[in-house]
Amino acid sequence: MNRMRKMIVDLASTAVAMLREIFDEAAYARFLSRAGMASSSEAYAAFRHEFEDTKMRRPKCC
Amino acid sequence: MNKTLAIVGWGTVALLGTAAVGTVAMQRGEPINALWLVAAATCCYALGYRFYSKFIAVKILALDGLRATPAERLENGRDFVVTNKWVVFGHHFAAIAGPGPLVGPVLAAQFGYLPGTMWVLAGAVFAGCVQDFVILLFSVRRDGKSLTAMAKDEIGPVGGFVAYVAVIAILIILLGVCALIVVNALKSSPWGTFTIAMTMPIALLMGVYLRRIRPGKVLEVSALGFVLVLAAIWGGQYVSQNPALAGLFTFSAPTLAVLITIYGFAASALPVWLLLAPRDYLSTFVKLGTIALLGVGIVALHPTLHMPALTRFVDGTGPVFAGKIFPFAFITIACGAISGFHALISSGTTPKLIARETQTRMVGYGAMMAESAVAVMAIIAACVMQPGIYFAINSPAGVIGQSPAAAAATISSWGFPVTAADMQALAHAVGELTLYNRTGGAPAFAVGMAHIFSHSLGGDTLMALWYHFALMFEALFILTVLDAGTRVARFMVQDALGHVYKPLGRTSWYPSILATSVLIVAAWGYFLWQGVKDPLGGINSLWPLFGISNQLLATVALCVATTIIIKMHRAKYAVVTLVPLAWLVAVTFTASWHKIFDSNPRVEFLAQARVLAASPVPISGATAQLIFNNRLDAAVTGALVVMVTLVLVESLRQWMGILNGAKEARVKESPFVRTRLVEEQG
Repeated sequence: MNRMRKMIVDLASTAVAMLREIFDEAAYARFLSRAGMASSSEAYAAFRHEFEDTKMRRPKCC
Repeated sequence: MNKTLAIVGWGTVALLGTAAVGTVAMQRGEPINALWLVAAATCCYALGYRFYSKFIAVKILALDGLRATPAERLENGRDFVVTNKWVVFGHHFAAIAGPGPLVGPVLAAQFGYLPGTMWVLAGAVFAGCVQDFVILLFSVRRDGKSLTAMAKDEIGPVGGFVAYVAVIAILIILLGVCALIVVNALKSSPWGTFTIAMTMPIALLMGVYLRRIRPGKVLEVSALGFVLVLAAIWGGQYVSQNPALAGLFTFSAPTLAVLITIYGFAASALPVWLLLAPRDYLSTFVKLGTIALLGVGIVALHPTLHMPALTRFVDGTGPVFAGKIFPFAFITIACGAISGFHALISSGTTPKLIARETQTRMVGYGAMMAESAVAVMAIIAACVMQPGIYFAINSPAGVIGQSPAAAAATISSWGFPVTAADMQALAHAVGELTLYNRTGGAPAFAVGMAHIFSHSLGGDTLMALWYHFALMFEALFILTVLDAGTRVARFMVQDALGHVYKPLGRTSWYPSILATSVLIVAAWGYFLWQGVKDPLGGINSLWPLFGISNQLLATVALCVATTIIIKMHRAKYAVVTLVPLAWLVAVTFTASWHKIFDSNPRVEFLAQARVLAASPVPISGATAQLIFNNRLDAAVTGALVVMVTLVLVESLRQWMGILNGAKEARVKESPFVRTRLVEEQG
């Protein structure tokens, strides 16, 4: 039972981590930790500004 | 014991796969159940991954789990980040899965379900997955270098230049085709247009929410945006039923083309956070959910395929697009089998996230298999419809006739019975005025998807809602490619212009932003306008042009891969990339030859120009434009073929030089550094 619960928790946490990475929440968290900032509209603006240089150059496939 | 179990298990998978592929391939006359396609695909992917990708990983690439990847060596918390392999898998799949694997297979279904299914399965296992896998690994071993940079380093400056030009050309043609698909899906459709129009204020609201109210909470705001989009779909039916409101959202194809061009410019020039990023998130959210839902719906409903295995149109007389099964089926379906565009993703963000070399197999080969599975779902969605309905939706008026009665008579005369009353009833059921001549693949896919969804959940009463949900899903998908692609192309042009005049290269300098945005939007807008004005529906000429350019990029990627494999002293195994390369060269060069030299005016650009020019009536301005467009398309095709020929010749020179000892076989990899991750993990 415990093994089953652990497996479900692992699966769910991987799925959440995947979604956080796809939706750039993980990238924002890394940015905050790197810049030593707390989440705020200014911090998010700075993150987006930095991110525009890298992510927005990435092509999306057809 | 374990070995015996494995032999028995994989033997069973092989037998089941053989039976399923055999049934799909050999069944004639009787409709087959879609589950045979699902079983064939599942077994082929399982066997391909377990045996073929492992062979490549061990014998050719020699994946080294002890070698530090750029994500570890160059980790900066920004673009180089060591990431969980499943997270990278999801990230990579979200980037490669676009509208291509949905639209291409729907268009190719005019040949029947068999050619598309076989090409998607064999193409993915032996070509597409291999390309994505090897390019990802080679990029990982070169600090995450792009395909263009690798082509320059490994083949020479010609390779780099051609790859760069091919990428720009593909982007422009792709954007024009994508915009045309949206125009054809939304023309004279107030419900669909209202829903898509509503996604723009929703995206703006999401942008403001993300920036001001809950900074960085993307998942939360995407869920909110999704609920608002669902409300817009539901509300669309009331708009379509109200004559005054319906009039506001009913547009002709040329008007929609102008509106989409303006939108593309706005998305390229506006700040990313305001419109582009929120739309991208919303689209991804809807995309992942809908693909999963469609897979569940197909298995739950396991519908019967009404389209025959092969139709009479394998001879090249198809109404959806002209051209014989070879080579046109293989350029029409790209993303589900092999797509050069994927090589850009495999040498873009993904190699900078991979924690261990050994994970490139699962991410590169595995994600492409998932993409191929999406293409199989699209084939099923197209083939569950009665063939007569499929052809009525996908055929241009120039081929089947202007009036419903004439169209029904033409299609029925091909052996696919359909009546004007059937089409009227279907249009009424999905909340449209008409479903005739809705070329481009998106409306047909939406009808098929609505059929599967409504029969699994909600019954016929929800058919219209599911149809518009599917239409919104595709249009959102495509518009995201459109606005992100315009911006990427703008950056590429700015990079190039920066070498001529430095300020033009500054991505934050507004005169440069505006000038390059206008340039890119005008380029794809031209192709869009050409498609809208084309009497054959536009898709007939533009989709093959896109397919050819995309597969030519795959040719460049496979040239790079083969060159590196030979330089790695693995020449005897180079067939794994040489065979798909030879196939793609045969396909794309034959298709290009047909597009430039065939005598059939429906197939060949110049023949159509000649027919128009030889018309006994005086040539009007519109006809003169059509003649010019056809000549331009022929010139673009010819130029792409010449450039790729240069890369092939340059690659051949490299291979011959290395194999006969005249050239040093020196790979330009980053030096080996032992990973610390193994020690840290104990």
